[in-house]
Amino acid sequence: MKNDLPHLADDRRIIVSAEALGKRVATSDMQLTILTEVSFQVTEGEAVAIVGASGSGKSTLLGLLAGLDTPSSGRVVIDGADLSTLSEDACAALRGRLIGFVFQSFQLLPALNALENVMLPLELAGQRDARQQAQEILGRVGLAARLGHYPKQLSGGEQQRVALARAFVKRPKLLLADEPTGNLDAHTGQQVIDLLFQLNHERGTTLLLVTHDEALASRCVRRLKLVAGELVTSSEALAR
Amino acid sequence: MNTLRLALKMLRRDLAAGELRVLLIALVVAVASVATVGFFTDRVRSALNGEATRLLGGDLALIADHPIAQKFLAAATRNGLKTANVTTFPSMVSAGEGTALSEIKAVSSTYPLRGLLRIASARGADGSRSAADRDALGVPQPGSVWVADALLVKLGRQVGDAITLGNRQFTIAAVITKEPDSAFDYFKVAPRLLLNEADIASTGLIRTGSRVGYRLLLAGPPKPVEAFQMFAKANLGRGERLEGVRDARAEVRVALERAEQFLGLASLLSVILAAVGVFLVARRFMRREFDTCAILRCLGASQATLLSLYLLEFLVLGVLAGVVGCALGYGAQYALIKLLTGLIKAELPPAGWVPALQAFAVGLLVLLGFALPPLLRLRSVPPLRVLRRDLPIAEPSSAIAYLLGLSVIALLLLWKSGDMQVWLAVLGGVAACVVTSALLGWALISAAARLKSGTGVSIRYGLASLRRRAGSSITQIVALGLGIMALLLLTLVRGDLMNSWRNNLPADAPNRFVIGIQQDQVAELKKFFQTYGLGARGDAASRKQQPTARESAVPQSAEVELYPMIRGRLTTINGRPVVAESMSDERSRRLAEREFNLSQAIGLRSDNRIVAGAWWHAGDSEQLSVEEGIAKTLNLHLGDTLTFNVGGTMVTGKISNLRKVDWDSFKVNFFVIGSPGLFDNAPTSYITSFYLPREHEATINAMVQAFPNLSVIDVGAILDQVRSIADQVSRAVEFVFIFTLLAGLIVLYAAIVSSQDERMFEAAIMRTLGARRAQVRGTQAAEFVVIGLIAGVVAAIFASAVGFAVSVRILNLSYAFNPWVPLVGIVLGVVGVALAGFAATAQAVNRPPLETIRALG
Repeated sequence: MKNDLPHLADDRRIIVSAEALGKRVATSDMQLTILTEVSFQVTEGEAVAIVGASGSGKSTLLGLLAGLDTPSSGRVVIDGADLSTLSEDACAALRGRLIGFVFQSFQLLPALNALENVMLPLELAGQRDARQQAQEILGRVGLAARLGHYPKQLSGGEQQRVALARAFVKRPKLLLADEPTGNLDAHTGQQVIDLLFQLNHERGTTLLLVTHDEALASRCVRRLKLVAGELVTSSEALAR
Repeated sequence: MNTLRLALKMLRRDLAAGELRVLLIALVVAVASVATVGFFTDRVRSALNGEATRLLGGDLALIADHPIAQKFLAAATRNGLKTANVTTFPSMVSAGEGTALSEIKAVSSTYPLRGLLRIASARGADGSRSAADRDALGVPQPGSVWVADALLVKLGRQVGDAITLGNRQFTIAAVITKEPDSAFDYFKVAPRLLLNEADIASTGLIRTGSRVGYRLLLAGPPKPVEAFQMFAKANLGRGERLEGVRDARAEVRVALERAEQFLGLASLLSVILAAVGVFLVARRFMRREFDTCAILRCLGASQATLLSLYLLEFLVLGVLAGVVGCALGYGAQYALIKLLTGLIKAELPPAGWVPALQAFAVGLLVLLGFALPPLLRLRSVPPLRVLRRDLPIAEPSSAIAYLLGLSVIALLLLWKSGDMQVWLAVLGGVAACVVTSALLGWALISAAARLKSGTGVSIRYGLASLRRRAGSSITQIVALGLGIMALLLLTLVRGDLMNSWRNNLPADAPNRFVIGIQQDQVAELKKFFQTYGLGARGDAASRKQQPTARESAVPQSAEVELYPMIRGRLTTINGRPVVAESMSDERSRRLAEREFNLSQAIGLRSDNRIVAGAWWHAGDSEQLSVEEGIAKTLNLHLGDTLTFNVGGTMVTGKISNLRKVDWDSFKVNFFVIGSPGLFDNAPTSYITSFYLPREHEATINAMVQAFPNLSVIDVGAILDQVRSIADQVSRAVEFVFIFTLLAGLIVLYAAIVSSQDERMFEAAIMRTLGARRAQVRGTQAAEFVVIGLIAGVVAAIFASAVGFAVSVRILNLSYAFNPWVPLVGIVLGVVGVALAGFAATAQAVNRPPLETIRALG
């Protein structure tokens, strides 16, 4: 694999490498294939959109890339580490170090307020100035006035921004986001998109976004299109 | 029918998925505990009913504390009834070197009128009923006696040997293997000796102070029996009462009712806990079914269809639980009967089906009261939820839902206790326990949550979740607390109480009572005591001594004090007649009906203490000293005048002081003592108590030979019997409490499982954010430890409080706090919750986070 694409490794490092990923689940009477032989690479600082029809396997792919799920075949290499060789616990440690993940339905912890939710990843990593950093990033997403609010007291858009702040606060090398604008109206969606790319530019964060949103996909440099679990295109040319 | 098929399919699916398995187990436990107690009491009760005439020995019995009056005998003859005379009293019997106290029963040749006496001509090999036993035809011939096997064992004698009773010698002609009226004699002081009525006078045993009971048994066709009953009722005098078949063994019935009430309440505690479990599971079930319901609604299912679907599913579940529970209960009652084996000698008839029906009904009621409210909510799921998952779920928290459950509990309690006062006490006790532990839990959770700053992220997040889940956390605390409390009470606290009760008795407290001493024997007996070096030790002072001092004490023999004893019945208080029926409580009624043991004395004994008024001086006359406890019971005050009927003579005195008596000292004491001369003309016998060292048993033989009419009562043996009965009964109650404990564990499990989904979900999210296993576990541990800790503390507080109340209020013992109670309580709580909790959420840290999140939807 490494020999296939030597030119890409010249100036920028490969941060995500999917190699012949397959995912099958057993239902009561048959094997359901969700992903087949998906291979691609993403270099540092890139912004990539994963698009495709509903049920084409986008979210599954994203989960596999984050090590939140195990593939049936193939492997995922993140920043040089082969996830299939890592234990569940080592996977969690790697996520803590490298990856920010934004769920489609936010998944904030209901017991914690906005500030505490954002502080959590820093605290889990044992960082000392968690509060300050969390306050700062929540200010950036326009929630400085809502630090003490609990998820239940926040609107969908606000929750989405807290989720983004939580994913970004550790300055991850890689941000994986599942439909980050899916639950938002056009205006709020635009705000979130702006925020994503602003952070991408400022911090050089690699973005890998699953989306239906044309506005979001069009901002990405590259599109990966999934059809029935298979990658049909991964070219820059088709992005436009 | 279609609905039923679908309901059955859903039930099979839900049971297989484990959803309703806990609910099924909770119901089974509830039904089984009610059924166990129900089957047991049903069998004992039908044994009582079936054997009523046999237990009585006739159709009707006239019972008196004096010889049966001629008018009754005449009335019996007039009505053509068969009669039999029974005279009973305790007495010492001896054979060679051995002596023993025996319950003497002298009967006329017609005894028994109903039921059969069975005898054997030799002892059985194992001491129990021998194979060769047969129906006794008639009664012992004059000059011979039949005795219980236990008496032969005590005396080391066989059938055919001689035995001395009072002034006469008899031949042991047979062993009694079955006495019709002793199947339920679970508190018999001494083994039976049966002799012919004709021999009784020649023993010379019936004298002043002998405790003799007279009984006239009657049998015949219903009409004449009824006629006699009418006559007797109208002519009953003091100390006389009638016992019919219906009130045969009234004391056994009362005891059984008590036991039934107690066991019933114990089983009901498990029902209450199981009900809480049912509620928790049903609520979780409802939450999970919301989506299914919403979709079914979208597909056009009406509210009625949905409701009948779930109702049917639960009904089938209830029937299933009922059948399994009843079967379990039927098996468990055998264990209960086995535990009480010494107490019930009767052969019990098989159980009827009524208890099964009742247990079944209890199961369905619990299901109805606690599973229905959450289910009703399912009916009203808005179809819109299919589109908007975050649509709020309506909680089944409406007052009506809780009222339904509460009234079911209240109803069951009322049915089981039957007594409004007991009902209120139990309901209040449970409510107080639940409310207090809930409040305590709430306060402690709030305090713990404030610990936020300065702790690690795991602990901080754990505490935050604890507070957010306050409702379910408190449920867990209350449930766990109740379970641990039951365990602590049944083990540590009970052991403590038994020990401190035992230790409270001085080692050399009097262990023998001698009753029936005649006036002319006093001087002789005193000399006898001196000769044999027997003394009444163990006075109040020696109780406080260290054990070592007690052991090394030289056996000194203070003079044995003989106290005069006069039997008299209280007839008037301040000139107003005492009417037993008008007494408010059972104890005062009994006291008013019974003869008092009265005494008279010149000076106040050193171990009695005046609490009101003053002891009399020389020259004072017609004064009374009353024990403070009985004064309270009968509402007597200083200055009241009491009149006693003493052998037909009225004796009146004025209360000049109230005394405090240490009943636990096992020394002779009297409720009422008169000033010197007050009872001088009354028939008087003497009574005493003394300490007999174990190695001096032979002295008793010498005493009985010298004074054949005296009864020596072995208090130690009686005490042992009381203890063994207490042990047996508490083991039986413990057995029923196993169900309570099981139900407690179910609630604990259900409570933990009810927040399991949330916990697993949160753990998965934390894993996504990079939390390592140790961090996730730390968070959960913080939560579990706090819950277990609070539950342990709450349980320890309540268990200690109950222990304190029982020892101080009921046993009159000083309470010693046992530090193991809180320690064991807390360890049990923490370890229990942590083990159950970690097991329930193990998956969340062991499998990829997305799998967990997907599984939980």
